[in-house]
Amino acid sequence: MSNRVKNIIVPIMAVILGMLVGTIIMVVTGYDAVAAFTALWNGAFGEIYYTGEVIRQVTPLILAGLSVAFAFRTGLFNIGVEGQLIVGWLAAVWVGVAFDLPPVIHTLVAVIAAGVAGALWAFIPGLLKAKFRVHEVIVTIMLNYTALHVTNYIIRTVLSEKSDRTEMIKGTATLRSSFLEGLTDYSRLHWGIVIALIGVFIMWFLLEKTTRGYELRSVGFNQHASHYAGMNVDKNIILSMVISGAFAGLAGAMEGLGTFGYASIKGGFTGVGFDGIAVALLGGNGPIGVILAALLFGALKVGALNMPLEAGVPNELVDIIIALIVFFVAASYMIRLFIDRISKKGVK
Amino acid sequence: MKKRKFGLALSLVLAAGTILGACGKAEEENNAAEGGNTETTEDAFTVAMVTDVGGVDDKSFNQSAWEGLQAYGKEVGLEKGKNGFDYLQSQSDADYSTNLNTLARQDFDLVFGIGFLMEGAIKEIAAQQKESNFAIVDALVEEPNVVSIMFKEQEAAFLAGVAAAKATTSNKIGFLGGMEIPVIERFETGFKAGVAAVNPDITVDVQYAGAFDKAEVGQTIASSMYSKGIDVIFHAAGGTGNGLFKEARDLKKKEPERQVWAIGVDSDQTAEGVVEIDGKEHNVIITSALKRVDNAVKDLSLKAKGGDFPGGETITYGLAEDGVGLAPINEEVAAKADIETAVAEFSEKIKNGDLVIPSTLEELKSFSVK
Repeated sequence: MSNRVKNIIVPIMAVILGMLVGTIIMVVTGYDAVAAFTALWNGAFGEIYYTGEVIRQVTPLILAGLSVAFAFRTGLFNIGVEGQLIVGWLAAVWVGVAFDLPPVIHTLVAVIAAGVAGALWAFIPGLLKAKFRVHEVIVTIMLNYTALHVTNYIIRTVLSEKSDRTEMIKGTATLRSSFLEGLTDYSRLHWGIVIALIGVFIMWFLLEKTTRGYELRSVGFNQHASHYAGMNVDKNIILSMVISGAFAGLAGAMEGLGTFGYASIKGGFTGVGFDGIAVALLGGNGPIGVILAALLFGALKVGALNMPLEAGVPNELVDIIIALIVFFVAASYMIRLFIDRISKKGVK
Repeated sequence: MKKRKFGLALSLVLAAGTILGACGKAEEENNAAEGGNTETTEDAFTVAMVTDVGGVDDKSFNQSAWEGLQAYGKEVGLEKGKNGFDYLQSQSDADYSTNLNTLARQDFDLVFGIGFLMEGAIKEIAAQQKESNFAIVDALVEEPNVVSIMFKEQEAAFLAGVAAAKATTSNKIGFLGGMEIPVIERFETGFKAGVAAVNPDITVDVQYAGAFDKAEVGQTIASSMYSKGIDVIFHAAGGTGNGLFKEARDLKKKEPERQVWAIGVDSDQTAEGVVEIDGKEHNVIITSALKRVDNAVKDLSLKAKGGDFPGGETITYGLAEDGVGLAPINEEVAAKADIETAVAEFSEKIKNGDLVIPSTLEELKSFSVK
């Protein structure tokens, strides 16, 4: 069996196995698994409202997934998506609140500001990695907390008067539209999904079709060989982090300009950035894979909210299923071994 | 935490599931057959709530609200589920809107949003789902189909301050806040006012943890406060306060003779302060400043069931309405009798309006007990 086919089968197997083990857990603990999955499905696609909410949830997940995947393809592990996302969120809302610009242009400026903010935040670990070989995992994790508390401080002191949230962004900056809301029965679906899909295209085009992308991937595979071939390793590391951070910042803009319309003081992380790691992992770090994985996670998350009410199954169960899926993807070696066994038997 | 939540949900669901499993579907179909516009039938006024990210077993706010709903259900003879009362938990801020919408779409007659974090979501959905009725706790939303429930936290905190001031021997008291938001400011203001009412020379050290779910931060702050000679700490910090209790218990265990006290918040947290020293049980919690979200939730549910839903209004629950109060005083506190007399005296004054407790730090400046 070719490697390509295997790369597609592994995540699918992981999802199936995750659901299977989830079902076993439900049966063992005395829940009605059929009712649970029916409720999950209804909660995600049962009404047009829920479908709108799923797409709304998927939008930042795609961008966060792209951010992790892009860094990963270039040999970096960006755990700081969460922090870059929060910074992007704040920047987008800041522009949305403070400026007076015509519609569309205002939105674009706010979205770009979010991307730039995320990129700048990721520039720090990129620079430290390139110049001093400080491991990006450590720096990005620490910068997550820095981002959380700095943005909380700014929201409290600069963007509001000791309040816990900013004002709503101006109508000209919003990504929401009454058209999409009307289409999906007042869900919070917004135009951000278009931006996310453009992001997917950009990632694919950049990595696969340009010289710069080739260099980035090359540095990811082998720094020394790339250096020997005359590529500027340091510059490529920084660039990779910056682009990854820009995607994360855009994910923040989706929350700031679309879902919420404001930025509020957070006691903890949003979780979207960390889910992005799982999305990238499940999606095999490819553009199409990221879309599909984000769709799965978004549907699971939104659908899960319906489970306690309709089926009496606690929605934490979906957290277990998601964790299991991630586990099986991470343990893909097991699945690969299994596939090899099967296909060998077939040959005999 | 997660595990416990799972266990609680499990037992609740099992209990409710066995009863509802058989009849749930049929009843629903009957309702549908009768026609959609008879949703406010007298016999089944259904109520539901959405928790914030703390979850339904946070030993504080959300739990209290859920207890109120259960009490309502018991009183009017409803079961947990779609045709009685139920709750949905939010995993993140983004879930509030979806959860509130789901409950409104399931035709619950009254939907509670628990906590100020839901202000934006309630406002938006109330404007879209004009047929449904909503209530929000701890925030003001001005829509014709929303009731805002507020509490006079300063009154409960004032009494806690009186108790703290009577209990301290070092004349140094601490306040541990969750986040700097108006609700917690009311706690801080009332507490300071209460301390000052007893003895203006006592210093109150105020620190904020910046979160409601960071017990480890709470413990660090408590540790530094106790080491500075502070002997009573009051927290208004939700789960963060559990760190305060842990630190107080640990210190008491190490030095049983030392004066180490804590004061709880929202619900009676006495159970959190139990320490066993040489086979004898001690408790480090003097009392708790009660915020009876349960009473308020039950009260409003009953009102609404009776057809008297005060849409668009704000209801403020204070000491006089039994919305806030002080839990019983710990037996081990030397000044117990003294505290009780002082608390009773001040309660009386607050209830009949002779004493108005300031609600902001600005108002505190000009406050004095005659």
